Amino acid sequence: MSDAFFRTEMTPPKAPPITERGVVKWLRENLFAGPYNTILTLVALYVLYLFLSSVIPWLLNGVWNANSLQECREIVTASAGEGATGACWAMIRERWNQFLFGLYPQDLYWRPAVALGLLLVAIAPVLFPKVPRQLFWLTLFYPAIAFFLLWGGSIWTPIVAMMGFGVMALAYRLLVPLSGVTVAAMLGVLAAVLWWLFIDAPLAEALSAALPVGLQSVGSDQFGGFLLALVIGVTAISFSLPLGILLALGRQSDLPVVKMLCVGFIEFIRGVPLITLIFTAALLLGYFLPRGTNFDTILRVIILVTFFAAAYLAEVIRGGLAALPRGQYEAADALGLDYWRAQRLIILPQALKISIPGIVSTFIGLFKDTTLVSFVALLDPLRGVTSVVRADLNWKGIYWEPYIFVGAIFFVICFGMSRYSMYLEKKLKTDHR
Amino acid sequence: MKKSVFFGALAATTLVAGMASAATIDDVKARGELLCGSSTGLTGFGAPDASGNWTGFDVDLCRAVAAAVLGDATKVKFVPLTGETRFTALQSGEVDLLARNSTWTMSRDSELALDFVAVNYYDGQGFMVKKDLGVSSAKELDGATVCIQTGTTTELNLADFFKQNNITYQPVNVADDNEAQSQYVAGACDAYTTDASGLAASRATLPDAENHIILPEIISKEPLGPVVRHGDNNWGDIVRWTYYALLIAEEKGITQANVEEVLASTTDEEVKRLLGASGDMGVKIGLDNAAFKNAILAVGNYGEIFARNIGEGTSINLARGLNALWTQGGLQYAPPFR
Amino acid sequence: MTMINAAPRDDFRLSMLIYDTRYRAITIQLFVLALVLAAIWWLGSNLQANLEAKGRPLSFEFLWSRAGYDIGQTFIPYTSDSTHFRAMLVGLLNTLVLALLGCFFATIIGVIVGVLRLSKNWLVALLTSIYVEIFRNIPLLLWILVIFVPLYEMTPAPNAFKVTDEMIASGTEPAASMILGGTVAVTNRGTYIPGFLFDRGFEAGWMTALAIFLVIGGSLAAHLTLTARARRVQEATGVRPTTWWKSLIVLFAPLALLLWSLGFHLDIPQPPTRFNFEGGVVVQNPFVAMLIALSLYTGAFIAEIVRAGIQSVSRGQTEAAFALGLRPNRTMNLVILPQALRVIIPPLISQFLNLTKNTSLGIAASYADLRGTLGGVTLNQTGREVEAMLLMMLIYLSISLIISSLMNVYNRSVQLKER
Repeated sequence: MSDAFFRTEMTPPKAPPITERGVVKWLRENLFAGPYNTILTLVALYVLYLFLSSVIPWLLNGVWNANSLQECREIVTASAGEGATGACWAMIRERWNQFLFGLYPQDLYWRPAVALGLLLVAIAPVLFPKVPRQLFWLTLFYPAIAFFLLWGGSIWTPIVAMMGFGVMALAYRLLVPLSGVTVAAMLGVLAAVLWWLFIDAPLAEALSAALPVGLQSVGSDQFGGFLLALVIGVTAISFSLPLGILLALGRQSDLPVVKMLCVGFIEFIRGVPLITLIFTAALLLGYFLPRGTNFDTILRVIILVTFFAAAYLAEVIRGGLAALPRGQYEAADALGLDYWRAQRLIILPQALKISIPGIVSTFIGLFKDTTLVSFVALLDPLRGVTSVVRADLNWKGIYWEPYIFVGAIFFVICFGMSRYSMYLEKKLKTDHR
Repeated sequence: MKKSVFFGALAATTLVAGMASAATIDDVKARGELLCGSSTGLTGFGAPDASGNWTGFDVDLCRAVAAAVLGDATKVKFVPLTGETRFTALQSGEVDLLARNSTWTMSRDSELALDFVAVNYYDGQGFMVKKDLGVSSAKELDGATVCIQTGTTTELNLADFFKQNNITYQPVNVADDNEAQSQYVAGACDAYTTDASGLAASRATLPDAENHIILPEIISKEPLGPVVRHGDNNWGDIVRWTYYALLIAEEKGITQANVEEVLASTTDEEVKRLLGASGDMGVKIGLDNAAFKNAILAVGNYGEIFARNIGEGTSINLARGLNALWTQGGLQYAPPFR
Repeated sequence: MTMINAAPRDDFRLSMLIYDTRYRAITIQLFVLALVLAAIWWLGSNLQANLEAKGRPLSFEFLWSRAGYDIGQTFIPYTSDSTHFRAMLVGLLNTLVLALLGCFFATIIGVIVGVLRLSKNWLVALLTSIYVEIFRNIPLLLWILVIFVPLYEMTPAPNAFKVTDEMIASGTEPAASMILGGTVAVTNRGTYIPGFLFDRGFEAGWMTALAIFLVIGGSLAAHLTLTARARRVQEATGVRPTTWWKSLIVLFAPLALLLWSLGFHLDIPQPPTRFNFEGGVVVQNPFVAMLIALSLYTGAFIAEIVRAGIQSVSRGQTEAAFALGLRPNRTMNLVILPQALRVIIPPLISQFLNLTKNTSLGIAASYADLRGTLGGVTLNQTGREVEAMLLMMLIYLSISLIISSLMNVYNRSVQLKER
């Protein structure tokens, strides 16, 4: 036999061509796939260059230690030469506390800080199912605790006010067997309102006189900065959710009067800009209340912002309700559940789940919109505190630094919320696509 | 009547200001705190500093009133107000006193049901332009773009001025003082108009102040002063005479430092009445006899307030001008204290 | 054995109002209605009492008094002698123009970015994601300021265009020059573009406008007839006659003829001798800033809506389109987007509404919108806050309702027809 050639082992594979491996492959596939993509990439790179080339020197020349804008400018000129510009972060260094807390007394900063910490603990059981359920008790009482921490005053004020809810629950429990859910709920609310109107103030006063326990009281005129944004945002968010659910149910209701009222309310609130509602809170609300009645601007703003958020949430939740298959409603009826049970056990859990992304984005929008309160002279972080800082002769004329600082904080908070909503969306996606 | 109004679960006594009653003085005393409407931050006139304490020319007037009424200049709560919310807040009783450089005009006095009780700063509207524009008179501003803070009387004055002189302009209505200054510096408008005191304050803080001039024309009268609600004359008297007490103190050479000294040594009957050593001038308007002495002790006389906040030597560097005492050729003149 | 009971007879007892489900609905509704009416009555009577105490009953007469202030940008003639009502109209027009253009540009930006976000180009996908996240998570108010300031900080002042005799003598050039063949000037107050002038125009300006309008309308109608005929021919014979040059003639020849006969020429802005450019039309910076800010901000939200819409179209559709040999571009345009549109439209409507309402932040960029005029200066100068605010809310509400009903009609027309 001729000595034919047999290959006994495989040749090692050749390395792929340079265009098909490593960085080059990645670049080719991700940046330069075809002429159209190449143009896009080049345009994007150019935009990036324009932006960075103007911003980076300014950031690099930033000054952290100075007592006034003039001093900042001198330092920048001295270190980077004539005509150079640089950020003056020294202002943030001196005034960061006002951006965070407004005019809140400086020796009491621990109180808003603790309130914020407790807030995170209190919402944990709502946000993450793995957290122990017992924490829900903290969530329930959190409003009273936060109120006490932030505003101070006698400890009895929030306790007695919370007892109103106890009265509501008690009345409801006692009346439910007698009169059914709807009537019992109405009477429960009535009992609570009566409590707040007639018993609350004298009782709180008597208790404070008998057992004076409390913190130094802080007026809400001293709230400002992100403290104010969070107080308005968190309060409005937590009150608007139940209100929004009720409005959404009302809009779907079979009772024409209820439906009409809910539609009217929702469409009115959604039809006007928030800023007009805030103006209404600051300018007009006094006209619609009995002569001489007067209460805190922040509270008024919170009420109107709550209405605003509730109308938007109602629409989001309505979308969720509408997306549920008709069969779910029919199944609930077939099981013999009454209206409230059907809603609570079958409809709402599903509808709310579908609406979560919408609800979270409404919350983000609401939080961002708290900056509009500067138009009624509340010290919001964006324009309110900034104008206070600029009224100081040392910092008059400073422009970008406060905006960058405030914008960055807003971004972190809102971005966190939107990431959470995406996490939730993924987790709750129980269907298979 | 002092009754708390409750609203919802969160409503608690600290949140609720209470019902405004007929006599502001009673409210203030019961509350133990003066509610003073201030600006949201106007250099030299009123703004909180780094530690949150309010300082400024208007702020000191509030402190003087608090010292006179409550005996303690720190018992003031400053409520920042915008141009749009200030009068409503006063009318609805959110503040007891508005000290936020508001111009005294007839329609505000009558139609808005407010009372201007005094003029603590005589101002006038002026123009600032860049030197290299080559303009030396406001009448040469034909066709110019003018930055103006919106929601103030300056807007109306500006329109009137240009119409009277038969020249045109392009208005840029800016939300606040700082934005206006920033646009003016960038050259987005040729001229910046506001009260002359504000112009001076702005110019003082520009990095190249020497390149900017304030034009000689003052196109309006801007008497700025504290405002109270119409109808409570006693409260108006208190604010008015607290202010006049500060003026008289300057006239008589009484300062924050030498009050006690003067009180011990004076032979001037008017000074004695002012400081509460004789007569019952304080009691007549529902205060202590030592009320005006307390006011002077707390903030000093008018001249000291002026010098400390906006006068020559501060970086705003305003001359007394019209605001000098009448004895020195100015307009500040207090009626006799008897 | 029990008989099935006959339907309950109409022996009505009072307790049935609570216990009988048929009547309970009525009871509850009457109760709620009474409660709401009582609340409205209470608020109304308080309002009346408060206004009377102030000695100023509800009245809109201030609208007919002299406004006394000037406005930067006016689309209709306005001076400080005009009434507050006219100032309100000026503001309303400013709001509407801004909202309309804002919606237009926001949609364009949103669609482009929404598509690009799904691009395979890593850098482009990254940059568009950054854009969307940054704009969605930072307050609009900040964006308005951030966009407005560079517009006047980084562009030259009109002064920089000035050419003086000394400069001609010494041969120096002005610091800034006009672009596009010396017809457009970008300044820190606004962009000056050429306007239209007619040497031999009609006496009344509106006649000229009407003539142009009629001619354009006629041309369009002729063009449509032309294409309709072409389509008929195509359907009948399968061959489409060439129409493009006929269309071009029909569309542009009459207009060119008319413009020539009217003595049309461009009114090119002239560099300033004193303060501002002379002639031409100026697009002011506050308007530009608001337009850019609103378009970019809303565009980011629309981009998310578009992305979600595209992703909602099942993968099989793309694969089917590819199987048919469609290129990616055409797949997107002909298959994906039309289907995604149904998901996109409803949230898009609410973004348009948001944009319209957000124009009320115009004051932050010195833009005189409805809130700036009626709800700002007029309110402040007349002290009629109740009337001004109510009027303003009513106007915004009407705009919103009109937009949403129009868009709902459109929505219904693109909805999947289920038979």
